Amino acid sequence: MLILGELETGALREIAAAADQAVLDAVRVRYLGKKGFLTLQLKQLGSLPASERPAAGQVINQVKQKIQQAVEERRDHLQSSALDDQLTRLGIDVTLPGRGQKPGGLHPVTRTMKRIERLFTPLGFTVEEGPEIEDDYHNFEALNIPAHHPARAMHDTFYFNVHTLLRTHTSPVQVRVMENRKPPLRIIAPGRVYRCDSDLTHTPMFHQVEGLLVDERVSFANLKWVLDEFLRLFFERDDLPVRFRPSYFPFTEPSAEVDIQCVMCAGNGCRVCGQSGWLEVLGCGMVHPKVFDHVGIDNDRYTGFAFGMGVERLAMLRYGVNDLRLFFENDINFLAQFN
Amino acid sequence: MKFSEKWLREWVDPPVTTMELVEQLTMAGLEVDSVERLGSGFEGLVVGEVLSVEMHPDADKLRVCKVDAGRGESLQIVCGAPNVRVGGKYPLALIGARLPGDIMIRKSRLRGVESQGMLCSTRELGLGDAHQGLMELSPETRTGEDIRAVLGLDDTLIEIDLTPNRGDCLGIEGIAREIGTLTRSPVMAVEIGEVPPSIPDSLSIEVRTPDACPRYLGRVIRGIDPKASTPLWMQERLRRSGLRTIHPVVDVTNYVLMELGQPMHAFDLAQLAGGVSVRYAMEGEQMTLLDERTVTLDAGTLVIADREKPLAIAGVMGGIHSGVGDTSTDIFLECAYFSPEAIAGRARKYAMQTESAHRFERGVDPDLQHRAVHRATALLVAITGGQAGPVCECFAPQYLPQRTPISLARDRIERLLGLVPVPAVVSDILERLGMEVHAREDGWRVTPPSFRFDIAIEADLIEEIGRVYGYDKLPSRAPVGALEMHACAETHVTVERIAEVLADLGYQEAITYSFVEPGFQQALNPDLKPIALENPISSEMSVMRTSLWPGLLRALRYNLNRQTSRLRLFEHGLRFYLQDDEIKQDTVIGGVLTGDRYPEHWNGKSGPVDFYDARHDIEAILAFTGQMDKYQFIGAEHPALHPVQTALIRRDDRDIGWLGRIHPVIAGQFDLDPDTYLFEFEYEAVRSGVLVQFQELSRYPSIRRDLAIVTDLEVTAAELQSEVHRSAGALLKEMVIFDVYQGKGIETGRKSVAFGLILQDSSRTLTDDDVEVVVSRVTESLNKKFGAALRE
Repeated sequence: MLILGELETGALREIAAAADQAVLDAVRVRYLGKKGFLTLQLKQLGSLPASERPAAGQVINQVKQKIQQAVEERRDHLQSSALDDQLTRLGIDVTLPGRGQKPGGLHPVTRTMKRIERLFTPLGFTVEEGPEIEDDYHNFEALNIPAHHPARAMHDTFYFNVHTLLRTHTSPVQVRVMENRKPPLRIIAPGRVYRCDSDLTHTPMFHQVEGLLVDERVSFANLKWVLDEFLRLFFERDDLPVRFRPSYFPFTEPSAEVDIQCVMCAGNGCRVCGQSGWLEVLGCGMVHPKVFDHVGIDNDRYTGFAFGMGVERLAMLRYGVNDLRLFFENDINFLAQFN
Repeated sequence: MKFSEKWLREWVDPPVTTMELVEQLTMAGLEVDSVERLGSGFEGLVVGEVLSVEMHPDADKLRVCKVDAGRGESLQIVCGAPNVRVGGKYPLALIGARLPGDIMIRKSRLRGVESQGMLCSTRELGLGDAHQGLMELSPETRTGEDIRAVLGLDDTLIEIDLTPNRGDCLGIEGIAREIGTLTRSPVMAVEIGEVPPSIPDSLSIEVRTPDACPRYLGRVIRGIDPKASTPLWMQERLRRSGLRTIHPVVDVTNYVLMELGQPMHAFDLAQLAGGVSVRYAMEGEQMTLLDERTVTLDAGTLVIADREKPLAIAGVMGGIHSGVGDTSTDIFLECAYFSPEAIAGRARKYAMQTESAHRFERGVDPDLQHRAVHRATALLVAITGGQAGPVCECFAPQYLPQRTPISLARDRIERLLGLVPVPAVVSDILERLGMEVHAREDGWRVTPPSFRFDIAIEADLIEEIGRVYGYDKLPSRAPVGALEMHACAETHVTVERIAEVLADLGYQEAITYSFVEPGFQQALNPDLKPIALENPISSEMSVMRTSLWPGLLRALRYNLNRQTSRLRLFEHGLRFYLQDDEIKQDTVIGGVLTGDRYPEHWNGKSGPVDFYDARHDIEAILAFTGQMDKYQFIGAEHPALHPVQTALIRRDDRDIGWLGRIHPVIAGQFDLDPDTYLFEFEYEAVRSGVLVQFQELSRYPSIRRDLAIVTDLEVTAAELQSEVHRSAGALLKEMVIFDVYQGKGIETGRKSVAFGLILQDSSRTLTDDDVEVVVSRVTESLNKKFGAALRE
């Protein structure tokens, strides 16, 4: 028994000291292998009297189990610490930045136009396009702006010749749509427009979104609702004050301009709103009967409304951009702010 | 239209403040642009009477004056104005006075002589530009009186941005009428009595174009005092309306213009040869205008002429020779109604903008001329004296705008405004607007007054009702319509999708002007014929772009000059060109890239972008069509691109775009980085794809074989690929080129191309024999076609 006790102590000590799997295996073989110390002890049981054998065998087996358990525990320990070591070697600095292409982004004007489109398309408005080099008829004549009309002076038109010009607004798109389709019509037309004007607050090219709704029972009340909703949703301000002011466009009657309360000063008056507390953001009205006549839509059956808005202006107000010209300089430090 | 509130309130005086008035005007469609308080920044000025004037002992140009400021003791004032004289009355700024521009007056010494204030010119008071001398005040003014009271400076200038339809509001009377309507206040029109002739003199008038000039009134006035001057009150009203004082006669016509909205003209009778006629100019006829410019007239221009020459462009501007001047004593006063069509655009054609043309273009009340001519005569006779002859008139009523009654249906108001009209409210509004209103069963019959020539149809009346009722009080209601479903082509590749993928690939969207500098464009894209603007804003923006490259490269250069070295930009939009004299405008997508492939990274440098980076990005777009095999990249030459790093992009047999490195010569010429790559292709060529057709998946494994062949340098990857596909047959699922090498170990003029063949069958597992058959077919045909050998 003395020997067994020593064997056990020695084995456990050696197991605990085993630094790796190989050493541990050697220890295990030395004690538990075919020729191991404990196996030898079991073999020597035969030399004991038969009456003592069961008890002695039991003791030996207990020691054997203890050692076996210790070996297993040690093995588990060695394995897990080996894994730990391995993992630790693969340590990285997670605070370093990632690798790969840095995404770019869309121009703020595009982004604003898409936002406008997304607000109108769920109502059944489709997005339409038209040519930018237009003819006099679609840009003016069909919109009830005959030659020499004083409104033409306000349009500062770029001409190629007497009949051909760069469209001064996106309204010719509504004419083209009405020429080709029957009501009911619900369209918006985003795009580039051009005016021969360049200073701090004007660029010779800018963007508009035109809208048109023609149906059997369309009234100014509907126009008010649509634009009210649109402006509040666009600016994400439920309480945004909006006002409709009588105005004049040759292609709408009645006509209105729409102001929102200045988003910069909350209506208190500032440089942006010229101290008035209001910002003009839209022009609109009920389609003029002469426009329907030009495109062959029955005035007795249909009414419609149209509106037009300046995209840069809306973008400036929404994002707080203070200089119109930034939109066309394409400075990466400007553009990337909208990514 | 700018006017004095005080003047307006003499006509109509509603019990509202200035700001309330302004708000009402704006909300009625007469948008107020600016409100300017006169005489603000202005205090401590009184009427000073000069008692004595002596030379300054030490300065030739200065005088030392004793001035009575109405406070007992006289003040000593040093003054440099040449027109100071004993007995004159001038604005005097006392010590402590404040002038516009925050100028404080202090006791000072000028060349050693004390000055206890300052005598002022109109400019110093912020009232005008004249600074030659002191502002002369009328002898009737009371010495010591506050200048603000003397000049009526407790006034506000209101400027209205009138829409072109409201020509009727281009005079105080019109605005007063409008305010009367809006505020239900009485309008106190100025009393205009007839001024009967006191002499029989007249001038013959002939109107040869009665359609362009249905009414022409003329009146001779003789014996006016050439030394008369315009009274201060009139000067002030004109000045506050933005008009300068010129000559009493001109000032009176301008005053009537501002008051009633009727443009008039006065000729110097002595300069006229015979009677006047209204006619179209003869082509090439010349005249010198009041602004001293000589213009050559065309046959579309209406003129007033005497027997010999044109005297004025009708309704626009008079001529310099027949104008009233300092020596005129007899005048011929003209007051006409020209039809808007006869005047519109003429002023602009001769690069002018006059108050007169501005009004005639928009329309003047055709019933106003008699009142205006009598008003002007009365004012003239009172100011300059003189004897008026009879008013002579040429009148062709059939050409005057007709006041046709308009039918207004009740239900139409509801249809257009969404408001159920209360009949009493409707007729009240219309009557307040000066309309004749007759109720009918289904609505009204309405005749607008002569000054509302803009109202012609039912919708115009409905707008008036809505406007006066108040747009803000009109209802707001969601539109109702039948639901619709819209077509939605699944294979349609939108510009939006393309833009998004380019953005995801690192490109920033740019928006550049559609007009560009012709020279730069010519160098970049000489093959397409550009379209030139007739009236460009500058030579740098004078032709329409035939390509997005000029704009993108300009934007690129802008950024490179501002400490950016790595940049990817794209744009989509129209390009414009002439093809067989026809204007073409089609959407293209273009991009530029330069600098490192990836952003700078701690892991090491990625190296500069090259052709294949750009090609990858284009392929990402072409892949949307599901028809990559339809597109080819073919080595080709383009004037803007590098001769051996350029591909023409083709779909089927159509050229659709270009990709390549910028030509080093162009890069040098236009100050661009030679490591710049450009691409552009037609949107049309990628906008529609094919619908996905499911392919049965194979349940059997694929086998890959790698081969390396050596072939001539000229043989392209595309040629190899096509031959491999052809010869390999149906088992070949994919061919991947994984290495291209030339250099050591390969003879000059040859290259090694290594590729993997991925083979698979849908019905069985392939055997080694199957693979061998394909491999040998491929190697044999490559050898036969290109002389390619397996690399040892």
